[in-house]
Amino acid sequence: METVIRTEKLTKRFGAFVACNELSFSVDKGEIFGFLGANGAGKTTAMRMLCGLLTPSAGKATIAGFDVYTQTEKIKQRIGYMSQKFSLYDDLSVAENIRFYGGIYGMSRPAIREKTERLLEELQLQKEAKTLVRELPLGWKQKLAFSVSIVHDPGIVFLDEPTGGVDPVTRRQFWDLIYAAADKGVTIFVTTHYMDEAEYCNRVSIMVDGVIAALDSPTALKQQFGGASMEEVFYELARKAKRKGD
Amino acid sequence: MRQLLIFIRKEFLHVFRDRKTLLMLFGLPIAQIVLFGFALSNEIKNSHIAIVDYSKDAVTQRLITRIGGSPYFNIQRTLASGDQLNAAFKKGDIKLAVIFPVGFGDDLVHTGKATMQVIADASDPNQATTITNYLNQIVLDFNSELSQGAGQRMQILPSTQMMYNPELRGAPNFVPGVMALVLMLVCTMMTSVAIVREKELGTMEILLVSPFKPFYIILSKLAPNLLISVVNLFIILALSDIFLDLPVKGSLLLLVTGSVLFILTCLSIGLLLSINAQTQQAAMMGSMMGMMLPTMLLTGFLFPIENMPVALQVLSNLVPSRWYFIIIKQVMLKGLGFSAVWKEMLILTGMCALLFTISLKKFKIRLQ
Amino acid sequence: MIQLENITKTYNKGQVLAVKDISFTVKPGELFGLIGPDGAGKTTLFRVLTTLLLADKGKATVNGFDVVKDFRQIRNGVGYMPGRFSLYQDLTIEENLQFFATVFGTTIRENYHLIKDIYQQIEPFKERRAGKLSGGMKQKLALCCALIHKPAVLFLDEPTTGVDVVSRKEFWEMLARLKAEGITILVSTPYMDEARLCDRIALIQKGSILSIDTPEGIVRSFPKELYGVQAGNTHLLLREVQAFPGTETCFAFGDALHVTFAPGKEGDVLPWLKEKGLGDARMQRITPGIEDCFIHLLKN
Repeated sequence: METVIRTEKLTKRFGAFVACNELSFSVDKGEIFGFLGANGAGKTTAMRMLCGLLTPSAGKATIAGFDVYTQTEKIKQRIGYMSQKFSLYDDLSVAENIRFYGGIYGMSRPAIREKTERLLEELQLQKEAKTLVRELPLGWKQKLAFSVSIVHDPGIVFLDEPTGGVDPVTRRQFWDLIYAAADKGVTIFVTTHYMDEAEYCNRVSIMVDGVIAALDSPTALKQQFGGASMEEVFYELARKAKRKGD
Repeated sequence: MRQLLIFIRKEFLHVFRDRKTLLMLFGLPIAQIVLFGFALSNEIKNSHIAIVDYSKDAVTQRLITRIGGSPYFNIQRTLASGDQLNAAFKKGDIKLAVIFPVGFGDDLVHTGKATMQVIADASDPNQATTITNYLNQIVLDFNSELSQGAGQRMQILPSTQMMYNPELRGAPNFVPGVMALVLMLVCTMMTSVAIVREKELGTMEILLVSPFKPFYIILSKLAPNLLISVVNLFIILALSDIFLDLPVKGSLLLLVTGSVLFILTCLSIGLLLSINAQTQQAAMMGSMMGMMLPTMLLTGFLFPIENMPVALQVLSNLVPSRWYFIIIKQVMLKGLGFSAVWKEMLILTGMCALLFTISLKKFKIRLQ
Repeated sequence: MIQLENITKTYNKGQVLAVKDISFTVKPGELFGLIGPDGAGKTTLFRVLTTLLLADKGKATVNGFDVVKDFRQIRNGVGYMPGRFSLYQDLTIEENLQFFATVFGTTIRENYHLIKDIYQQIEPFKERRAGKLSGGMKQKLALCCALIHKPAVLFLDEPTTGVDVVSRKEFWEMLARLKAEGITILVSTPYMDEARLCDRIALIQKGSILSIDTPEGIVRSFPKELYGVQAGNTHLLLREVQAFPGTETCFAFGDALHVTFAPGKEGDVLPWLKEKGLGDARMQRITPGIEDCFIHLLKN
């Protein structure tokens, strides 16, 4: 199995505060990796370092073989990113958003055209190609945002709480899209607050107080911590956290 | 390279889809060009002047006719004595006075020289310099005419005296203007931003759903700004006195009263602006664009109001700073009393009351 | 205590429909949950009830007062915690609480006993500015500020959204204790699992109510038999169960699938799955959860 993300004692300090403390883990190609943790545990900081957006204070990490200190530009070309807070421009249409992101990632115009057609068909948004994104219902926005984040066929995609506030049916449709991408070999790095979504992952890591308190498949974690569900496992670990997100 | 073009294209799309910004980007330059180009001019025409002619001879009559015929001057009065001049200057009825002494014509014929006294209101030194220059030019031309006609050199010499500001310092003009501008900007902007900030943060929601009356919300937003503005006022006055040698010649109490009226008016404008703004940014833009431009252009300290097209003159009546500017000049620079500024104070009181009532009525007690 | 009758509200001059024809009642002392995803209309209903918005059609009363005519009385007497964190970021915890106590004409000391349980958890930080608090602490502070004047009715709009799991649990425990004091609470949340903790709930989506009942009642109204199917490879299982001709609905729920079958077909599924390489698949009858019911109602 090819390793696409590898970290070794990855650390980030903000002054005296250690947001991430010597994180060491690896993620294989095509894996759906759940990155969990309570607010303030250090999840967002870790993700930013992996995306090449934040320079680590210490430790090593490579994404698709590229070093996060020296080769951030190469990393950014090979990853996709989607967050709950922002992904698409509200005042641009569906097609314009796709064209923009395709262009940003250096796709040729015919490639963008072809991808746009395919995307619209998959999501059944053909009639909405010219609709401004802000007029779309939330569920469609999220699904579109995910598809746009992989428009350039990246090997790895980072999803930051992609299903927040979305209705249960759309949530599952979203995960259908994730599964489809994983089947094609895309590695998915996802954080979520929904514990049932943690079960959909191949492996899950749980961050508490800046360190990785547990990392294994959901089944193994449930056995290890004696919980019937991921929610119980998570609660067990998060309960003891000293850093309640300040 | 292509990525750059794509990004630029996106930015254009953002701009063109935002109606409000578009209005400002294109509307503002156009408005400014029109205003500056057509309406506002530094040329000063129709200045009101007074003539005191002790000599009453043929020469003075000719010169007076010449002066009166010029587009730059409008002979407001022909006074019998110089004592009346002071009053006229104080009221601001005249900007310049020409006094021909007794035996003016005789002096000219017999000695080839005669002196005429020119007194200018230099509380606006630029204006004073400009109109005295106009006058000097007229006199110069008149001199050559006379000389040609008589075959010998005839010289009328204007002896100019600048009133209120003999050294022609800029401070007496721009300090009142800046005072009006600064107080206006600070009051409107700070008030509107303070109210909209609550809306933006969401705390306004909680305040509304509470026994706290909206009236008190308004008062509590106005009060600190009023206090800060009055402190600002004293700082400006102190600095003017110490550094710019521009003390308050008249009653400090009167000046402060007028200033407080002006501040309250501006606070009410800020209140009004805050009602429709949803974001602090919109509030700031509204205060800046909405108030700064009219204040700068129509107060009268950069461009004389008398020279604007009638439409703009009427518009300037609606700008509170225009009235406050007069109050400052009369009280601070000329040392005048209530009788000189009661009209302006009344107007400001009226504006303040009206704006405050409207804002109160329109204040949204619901979220839509 | 709270009554809505045919409330309809649109935005943008009728272009956007927020809520349509909503009617329900909340009894005194009840802990009532409004459950639905973003955009369902929850916040709109809250704003209508707290008199911040005027509905296009319909009537509503809170504690006997009409939301339109008697809005003053309602505003004087209810506790409200809006969706986003709405306290003063640059004031400390204590300053915020004092401010809201004064606004409501009371003092912290007068009603301390009411907020004691909650406030004690953040009291050690009372000199800290509200902007520097974690999500969980902000939530506790907001709740204290809404309670400080001992309201008869408490409106909490998505108080647990964006807050960590542990704080969420603690929050609902606090709500149960408040209910014991006799306060009527209307709370909204997108998390289906929190619905179980309410006395009664209304499931809402796209501006309409799908169902109102006690959690148990809603579960009981699930029309079919629900089965939980599990196997080692959940992903493959999902595909195969969806492909099975006897499957009517099939949704992933963590490590299990919740499936309903066409009448009589449930017996055939395990052999089918074995053929497809899922010999370890197992199946059992399960009680539906709120989410199962929500999904079912959405589809119909």
